[in-house]
Amino acid sequence: MLLARKGTFTFARPPEEMVLDSGARLGPVTLAYETLGELDCRRSNAVLILHACSGDAHVAGRYGPEDDTPGWWETMVGPGKPVDTNRFYVICSNILGSCRGSTGPSSINPATGRPYGSDFPMVTIRDMVRAQKRLIDHLGIDRLMAVIGGSVGGMQVLRWCVEYPERVAAAIPLATTTRHSAQAIAFNEIARQAIMADPEWKNGDYYDGPGPKLGLAIARMIGHVTYLSDESMREKFGRRLQNRKRLSYDFACDFQVESYLRHQGTKFVRRFDANSLLYITKAADYFDLEAGDGSSLVQERLRDIRFLVISFTSDWLYPTYQSRAIVSMLKKNGCDVSFCEIDAQWGHDAFLMPNDRLNRLVGGFLDRIAHEV
Amino acid sequence: MKSESMRFDLQVIASWIRPGSRVLDLGCGNGDLLLHLQTSKEVQGTGIELDETRAAFCIERGLSVLQGDFRQEVADYPDRYFDVVVLSQTLQQVMHPRELLQELLRIGNRVIVSFPNFGHWRCRLYLLLTGRAPVTEQLPHEWYDTPNIRVITIRDFKRFLRKASIGLERELAINTHHHDRRGHVVTRMTNLRATYGIMMLRNI
Repeated sequence: MLLARKGTFTFARPPEEMVLDSGARLGPVTLAYETLGELDCRRSNAVLILHACSGDAHVAGRYGPEDDTPGWWETMVGPGKPVDTNRFYVICSNILGSCRGSTGPSSINPATGRPYGSDFPMVTIRDMVRAQKRLIDHLGIDRLMAVIGGSVGGMQVLRWCVEYPERVAAAIPLATTTRHSAQAIAFNEIARQAIMADPEWKNGDYYDGPGPKLGLAIARMIGHVTYLSDESMREKFGRRLQNRKRLSYDFACDFQVESYLRHQGTKFVRRFDANSLLYITKAADYFDLEAGDGSSLVQERLRDIRFLVISFTSDWLYPTYQSRAIVSMLKKNGCDVSFCEIDAQWGHDAFLMPNDRLNRLVGGFLDRIAHEV
Repeated sequence: MKSESMRFDLQVIASWIRPGSRVLDLGCGNGDLLLHLQTSKEVQGTGIELDETRAAFCIERGLSVLQGDFRQEVADYPDRYFDVVVLSQTLQQVMHPRELLQELLRIGNRVIVSFPNFGHWRCRLYLLLTGRAPVTEQLPHEWYDTPNIRVITIRDFKRFLRKASIGLERELAINTHHHDRRGHVVTRMTNLRATYGIMMLRNI
């Protein structure tokens, strides 16, 4: 059994608060994290895994013999898997602003003794990465062998490379982008509006009531559609009806796809905080490595990082042209960069689905990096 | 990767590359050349390959390879970034060879090309005797399904280099057999007797 070790790390205690990109101060800050495998004597085998929008620190493994909660990337991380815990020391932390153990809008504001709610300052992807860097310092790791993440996790990967290139030997940004397209911002905005239109949202200060459950469920349904693809939905649901032979001629749940989305929405409400979704989607929308004078990825400092960039054919949220743009910028530095567009039908979610090609690519790449560092 | 198990023109190309060079292999296929160069000459290699399966196979083997169309992909590299750019058995499939070679000479100090020689006596005889477009072991396609849109002979190519003001640093003509795995160097009447021409180009 692969043992996942849980930890928390608290820093930026007042008066040494973190100064965020917005200028606001936040502290203390706690990050929930997990580690798997063992750090080698040279401290050179650490792999940092960065989760997506609504993920958490539990990437793989079990907490004990009784525990049966799988991690969110069991196909990728574990003994003998591409991110091989027999060889690598794996770290995954919950992002700043989330609700899965790290400081976020549902945490207690020490100034008031009540949840932050709408008093929680806006955080950016860069703020999240700066917090992770404090954790990596705390764990005594000078240089990460690899940083790996998909989607919003991929944004963090790129941000790590831009902010701390000397701390990263190799990077694997999956199904990600340097900046959200108008389409991606649009879907996030609909999700946010669904939450904020729920009367139970109460301008973000809902923690003494039931909270905007309906709004959050609808937000998740929208998000979920953007993670799938026309092809995968056709195959998975088609126009099949749910537990019925005829149309209802009312607004009951007719189609399987309706039932599936409702189920996904309800399930999400049990594990995620609506405000966290607002903050994290906004951080993703703000993320832009091409703002200002030229791209932040085109920098001499990034030259020694080895990259593996991966996109998926059916991902219409972060389409391949966005990954190709990343590759193009990195090449301008003379970076060692590999790229593959994997033929997969599962849409944006493909990076989380079991996929032999993805596994072999990541495994082969990490194997090479392990020999080179 | 044993040298002998590579295509013969790649064996010649490999022998021309100095240890420790930075090499770009365009249309790198399964990465045989790059792997050989990496293991036996400590070359820093990069490949570009259009086919997903082959590009993925290369990355799995621990090579640095981009999946993409090299005609577009070469544009991003800094000037003279590579010591050598290799274009093996692909030139005959390129729509704008002059522009491509000029771009390759921008990003690389040397460019090595290999191409099938349409001036080989079998091609000539085939056309003469049958009156049909040549189909040979090296050029196995019919006119309607061939990817080879450029008909090049060794003589044509050297004439082209003079006209395009591209320097020819080194050349070799080879005759291959056994699915191009084995072959020998042709020294006399190359345009008639060689199945492939291999040339190293540079800016003048």
